[in-house]
Amino acid sequence: MFANMTNDLDFHAKALVLRADRQRVIASNIANADTPGYVGRDINFKDAMNSALDDGSHTMTPSAPSNGISNARHIPLQAQTASLGSSSSPLAYTTQTQPAMDGNSVDMDRERANFVDNSIRYEATLRFINGQSKTILSAIQGQ
Amino acid sequence: MSMFSIFNVSGSAISAQSQRLNVVASNLANADAVAGPDGQGYKSRQVVFETVPMGSDASSGVRVNAIKESNEPLRKVHNPSHPSADADGYVTQSNVNPVEEMVNMISASRSYQNNVEVMNTAKTLLLKTLQMGQ
Repeated sequence: MFANMTNDLDFHAKALVLRADRQRVIASNIANADTPGYVGRDINFKDAMNSALDDGSHTMTPSAPSNGISNARHIPLQAQTASLGSSSSPLAYTTQTQPAMDGNSVDMDRERANFVDNSIRYEATLRFINGQSKTILSAIQGQ
Repeated sequence: MSMFSIFNVSGSAISAQSQRLNVVASNLANADAVAGPDGQGYKSRQVVFETVPMGSDASSGVRVNAIKESNEPLRKVHNPSHPSADADGYVTQSNVNPVEEMVNMISASRSYQNNVEVMNTAKTLLLKTLQMGQ
């Protein structure tokens, strides 16, 4: 019952963690805009979100008896948030739009645009979470 | 907390860029410096940036790896009346190119501003995250 209520919250929480990850990657790109030979990184949000959701659903459904679980009714030991570490986000490399002499592939205009875009989406996710939690709270209070 | 490392990353970039600005300032200050009769004039300096991994794969900062002296020949100006002139009447000056240094300065200050803005945005987002659910 309660899991149904917080399912949507869980979804947005995962999105928020991924947005924070991406924010960090773009900040690194901007910091290294003048470093010779640095290759820009980015996160493919769609793929990262898909894999985060896949991992999450695995822990929700009882899996076949394997690694440490001897009975199908045992609760898996894996923590639900274990898959959300920063290491799980697939990092890709950005391509050079205007090749530079020093081998640096960071395009400052694109990174600035990505940074602003990502922070707006981060705030949107935050608002979803806030709205959802207000909805749940008013449903609990029933006033 | 993953977003807190943005401050480390951008902070390292700001410190590296301010070091670059410092080097530009000393280059510009010594642009007209005159060497003694031994001919050892001021050589313009450049910083060399290097990426530093910070904790995870996703966040990487910057640091100044080395400060290198330019190998360009020192500028020689014919001025026999100058007290530091050599036997042929030439005065050796620094090899600083003021135009290059000005461009370098603008580039450094732009990068500095960019990183300050990144920190400001990260701070705003973290503050909004703190107010989550209120």
